[in-house]
Amino acid sequence: MTTQEHTLFDSNEITVSMGPQHPSTHGVLQVKLKLDGERVMDAECVIGYLHRGVEKLGEHQTYGQFVPTLDRMDYIAAVSNCLGYCEAIEKMLEVEAPPRAQYVRVLLTELNRISSHLLWLGTHALDIGAMTVFLYCFREREEILKIFENYCGARLTTHVFRIGGLQYELYDGFEEQVRVFVKDFPSKVDEYETLLTENRIWLGRTRDVGVLTKQEAIDMGVTGPCLRASGVEWDIRKSNPYAAYADFDFDIPIGEKGDTYDRYLVRMEEMRQSTRIVSQAVEKIPDGPIRAKVGKIIKPPQGDVYHAIEAPKGELGYYVVSDASTQPYRVRVRPPSYVNLQALRQMVLGHMVADVVAVIGTLDIVLGEIDR
Amino acid sequence: MAEEDEGRQQPEEAGSHEPVADSTADRGAEKPVVPAPPPKKPASGAKPRGPQKEPWTDPLIEALEKTLPDQRVDSYTFLGLRHLVVRRERVTEVLRFLRSNPVEAFDFLSDETATHWPDDEEFEIVYVLFSFQTHNRVIVKTRVKEWESLDSATSVWPGADWLEREIYDMFGIRFEGHPNLKRILLPEDWVGFPLRKDYDIRLQDVEWVRKHLGIESGQKFYVGKAKHEDD
Repeated sequence: MTTQEHTLFDSNEITVSMGPQHPSTHGVLQVKLKLDGERVMDAECVIGYLHRGVEKLGEHQTYGQFVPTLDRMDYIAAVSNCLGYCEAIEKMLEVEAPPRAQYVRVLLTELNRISSHLLWLGTHALDIGAMTVFLYCFREREEILKIFENYCGARLTTHVFRIGGLQYELYDGFEEQVRVFVKDFPSKVDEYETLLTENRIWLGRTRDVGVLTKQEAIDMGVTGPCLRASGVEWDIRKSNPYAAYADFDFDIPIGEKGDTYDRYLVRMEEMRQSTRIVSQAVEKIPDGPIRAKVGKIIKPPQGDVYHAIEAPKGELGYYVVSDASTQPYRVRVRPPSYVNLQALRQMVLGHMVADVVAVIGTLDIVLGEIDR
Repeated sequence: MAEEDEGRQQPEEAGSHEPVADSTADRGAEKPVVPAPPPKKPASGAKPRGPQKEPWTDPLIEALEKTLPDQRVDSYTFLGLRHLVVRRERVTEVLRFLRSNPVEAFDFLSDETATHWPDDEEFEIVYVLFSFQTHNRVIVKTRVKEWESLDSATSVWPGADWLEREIYDMFGIRFEGHPNLKRILLPEDWVGFPLRKDYDIRLQDVEWVRKHLGIESGQKFYVGKAKHEDD
């Protein structure tokens, strides 16, 4: 900078700091980019701006107290966070939630998956320049959030599940509201697709951008829709069914090339499949209790457990170590966004700066979960 | 010892194994009025004990023993999950074997994390592996002393990069051969490793208040002395 020979403009490479206040970084992600003109030569993610020490907090709260904290990790998909943790503790206690609770869990988790994907689609399209999609997505997302609000009073950080089952019985008219939603929703997905799928600009911005091959995706630990778009047919809902997922028919969409466009198609299809699950579940919610017998003081026996579920972003795992006291000895969250984000570097190398925005969008990251 | 004896009474075959007077008497007189408490007692005694570790032996373990002898410390199933405890020195070779062995290839590293056990001055490193073929998981564990380092798993799975950086950040465990071992979630100039058990959760607050407000934090009076306090 100070030397005469190498000023900023003579040198081929410049360093640009993107974020942490950039709107397309979906939160407080900073990406340091080394650029040659418009081309990305190197990239480094700087994360941790939202670090709250969730895992340390878990060690100082009782098993039940810790659940609401987890809703604040991936606040877009709070229901999934809650489900994974509650099931992990149930596994340790060797308790199983009653069937009615299992069905409601599936219902709410899948509705949450749709709302998470809708938020992803809206913001991803907005990043690339399609404003209309954003407004449409938020219209449908609102319907899901209304269901959550009617059910538990919260829209985002819902804390719907408890260890052993549910806290609240379903409200009158829940089934009807869900039925109306699942009846309309597939036509809405078609509507988004008419806006984007064959749109020339969309194709130009997403095809062959951020390609992740099958082997690269496996090596980097990428999970969820990003892994499936690269051609790996793995969905924990199918491979290791939890809750009541074994009772439902649904397909796992997979992509071929693993580019941004494939990831878009996979997530669009996932929304349809989630609608399928919801429409099956809402028709046959069994009667019965909503909570298994769990003592007021939860003391899992000594030992450790790893339990993973398929969150909207990928594999959400909980590794919990118990020392037979009322507080976990150690809670580890395996955040899907965190592991997926480390693939960013190799996805953007050689691309244009504008493609970095598209790739960050396609990874579907939530910084609350990455930083914890 | 006492636990094991109690546990042996529980299974159906207990009667044939060792004819303990109590257990046979219970079996014969389960319904009658008076001996109602005895069957209840083992049940309530069994509850805190919870799930038991069961030894895990199958062709995979045999193959591991053949390829890398003396590396396995223990192998068991617990709550439906298979755990494999190995020695620290050649852990990457064990991981590479698990990834590429013909018996059951665990080709995906789901998670890598650590737990601090200050009483033993040890960390337990935990690898969670997944197999796309059989959809099984295996948990590989290894113990590291607080002053020791460990070989990095990035040579087997490049995706272990950030996971190991987080472990370094939170526990201060050094990984040999890691390409870029530095703090990831916390600032570079952070002092201490927060997820260690001797890092008090109130430490940051107490220090911040002292530095910026020039007073003693009220926190420690409510909850006792913070461990890092000198006085």
